[in-house]
Amino acid sequence: MKKGGKELGILIILVVLVGASFFVNHNVLSLANLQNTSRLIGIYGVMSIGMAFVIITGGIDLSIGSVLAFMGVIFSMILANEKIPPIIAVVATIAGACLLGWGHGALVTRVRMQPFVVTLCGLLLYRGLARFVSHDHTAGFADSKPTAWIRNLAVGDSFGIIPNPVVIMVVLGIAAYILLHKSVYGRYLFASGYNEESSRYAGIDSKKIITTAYVICGFTAGLATILFAYYSNSISPSSHGSFYELYAIAAAVLGGCSLRGGEGSIIGVALGITLLIVLRNLINILGIASELEFAVMGTVIFIGVLLDTTFRSKGSRTT
Amino acid sequence: MLKLNNITKGFPGVKALEDVSLDLAPGEVVAIIGENGAGKSTLMKILSGVYYADSGSMEFEEKPLILRSPSDALNHGIRIIYQELSGLDNLDVASNIFLGREFRKGPFVDQKKLEDESLAILQRVGLNVSPRTLLSRLSIAEKQLVEIARALSLKVKVLILDEPTSSLTLEETKRLLDLVRELKSQGVSILYITHRLDEVQEIADRVVGLRDGRNAGGLKREDITKDAMVKMMIGREILKSDSGFHNPGAVVMRLNKFRTERYPNETIDLEIRAGEILGMAGLVGAGRSELVRAVFGIDPYRGTIEIDDKPVRIRSAQEAIQHGIFLAPEDRRGCGLTVQMSVKENTSMPKLPSLASMGLINLKKEEEYARESVSKMNVKTASIHTTISTLSGGNQQKVVLGRWLALGPKVLIVDEPTRGIDVGSKAEIYEELRTIAAKGTAIWMISSDMEEVINVSDRVAVMHEGRLTGTLERGAINEEAIMLLATGGH
Repeated sequence: MKKGGKELGILIILVVLVGASFFVNHNVLSLANLQNTSRLIGIYGVMSIGMAFVIITGGIDLSIGSVLAFMGVIFSMILANEKIPPIIAVVATIAGACLLGWGHGALVTRVRMQPFVVTLCGLLLYRGLARFVSHDHTAGFADSKPTAWIRNLAVGDSFGIIPNPVVIMVVLGIAAYILLHKSVYGRYLFASGYNEESSRYAGIDSKKIITTAYVICGFTAGLATILFAYYSNSISPSSHGSFYELYAIAAAVLGGCSLRGGEGSIIGVALGITLLIVLRNLINILGIASELEFAVMGTVIFIGVLLDTTFRSKGSRTT
Repeated sequence: MLKLNNITKGFPGVKALEDVSLDLAPGEVVAIIGENGAGKSTLMKILSGVYYADSGSMEFEEKPLILRSPSDALNHGIRIIYQELSGLDNLDVASNIFLGREFRKGPFVDQKKLEDESLAILQRVGLNVSPRTLLSRLSIAEKQLVEIARALSLKVKVLILDEPTSSLTLEETKRLLDLVRELKSQGVSILYITHRLDEVQEIADRVVGLRDGRNAGGLKREDITKDAMVKMMIGREILKSDSGFHNPGAVVMRLNKFRTERYPNETIDLEIRAGEILGMAGLVGAGRSELVRAVFGIDPYRGTIEIDDKPVRIRSAQEAIQHGIFLAPEDRRGCGLTVQMSVKENTSMPKLPSLASMGLINLKKEEEYARESVSKMNVKTASIHTTISTLSGGNQQKVVLGRWLALGPKVLIVDEPTRGIDVGSKAEIYEELRTIAAKGTAIWMISSDMEEVINVSDRVAVMHEGRLTGTLERGAINEEAIMLLATGGH
């Protein structure tokens, strides 16, 4: 098995893209832009790491954008009650998102519903709930002393220079890397993703393994909920987080996850989301019409996956 | 009518075929024999247009034959039926037979004609199902017959059968051999690839042997004997599994009033003793695989299982494994192994938690464990990191057995342990089963290979349509007795 080729490919594309843009506009590598872009990479990255687990099982989670909105609304409502300590709000938000993930996992493994259908229903359901419980009012986040530390997670910096979300993503990424590539759980996750039936015959409780992947995806979505809430400093229930699941899915696919399951790596996903966010930043900074943003990203993902498929089918043609 | 001259074909790193020649007359049945990896499949793929030979030439009906794609071969009337079945499970039998050539009535499919024609062909191959049955509801043997029916529905001059009987029961095999004779009398030439030498004796006009990608000689009709064939294939005399039968010990597993989902109205009572090999014979569809799947916790069951005289409840494969019951399933590639993963990963899979500390895999321990298992089982693989799909069937089966052996099985269930495996590896696997039994493990072997059941088992249980029709002790085991019980008995 040849590993790391894909990651290297994305890295090269990244360097070339940024390098080329630098000649056009030196601001690309200004400190302010680097900080701002990496902060976004951190927040989106947290969300994408969880998605990778679900995609490795051969599933998909379309609901996380709506989870960001729904749990975000709930988060703001708990915070608004000054009698409840903010830490409770944080824990409840993350726990709530985990619970939703567990629900998806249970429906997929126990009821045998298709992940696409389960989470598509989630996407619609949570969006509706978010709008309903908030009466469709945009919620803001007050600047108060007790919540300052939460805000700091999203908009503050460590060592005076590194955005905190980057730190969170790196720590989470390392933990996820160990879990995925070094632990028994990770091995069983890949095995269940390749072939659920044969993992059952090997004595693996693949239902539990797969459900856990959805819970992990819920956990990272919960964490991202808090970061996004403070990053944007307000949540408008009808639009907050919409399409974000597609960033996570695209990052995972770019990073080498196969939607058929069984393949993927954390480093690939991290590089995938970095490429996507950098691309979005370049579109802004180079003055490309922002209407084209999705079109450009779609094209890049398409070319990336196309190249990969072509090389792969040429490289290893076995029958 | 068909001639292959000095065919050579190489793949990166290996020469699959070297200078192989073959000819085939109209209405002739030529059996091609050889161990796995001898080059049979490659040769057949060249002949059916899947591969292109590096050098050498082919002639068909006195004209040079150049095949650029499988459809070229089809147009010449050369049809191959692969060992791995390729039917579409979601369509019914009739649609599968006439796939791509549906009868039309205007823009619509002429369903009636489709079914009538299918019915006629199904009768010809002796498959007694409605053309409207979904393919997914058929057993492997029945699906195979559908494939043959599909071949018959086309113009066919050369029919290549690749291990056609590896999953068929004796009865079905007989029917297939009759079919081959009928086709032969109609002038169809047949290349017959098989590991079952008694079939070769019965059907072949001529035998061509392959060994390590080269011609290994040929036998005329009158010279075809098992010994001669085996010698040709492996270039040496074969080991016989005659290491003697062990005296069985205490009952380790007992099934009481056991019912499976497939046959909810039949109850099974069965005992298995330590150190014995219990063979289980029966026709395909008798419910043997369903029975062991339930015992292994894959399917639900009713009734009780006792291990060492204590009743246990088995709701999942993990629970079965905890009780020391292991299964090497019939479908190695789909269920027994995770084919995308390495030899090491497949070997350590169920053992992994104890090769780890705090949930993290200890790579050194794992590799050591895998190496030990590989060398103990004599698995032929380049390294423990090799992807398991590249191993031959025999070596894959050894990995499956090795995986369970290290865990100290009480009851080891093997379902069709040598299906699609060459003679040499078969002998090794029998030897291994015998050794495992001698150490006190109870072995429960399901097999549709009559020779295997008779030679390997200490005791034979026979099933018919979900019912246990009888058990034969050593001495009473013979082909007639087994067949009688397998067809319903008494």
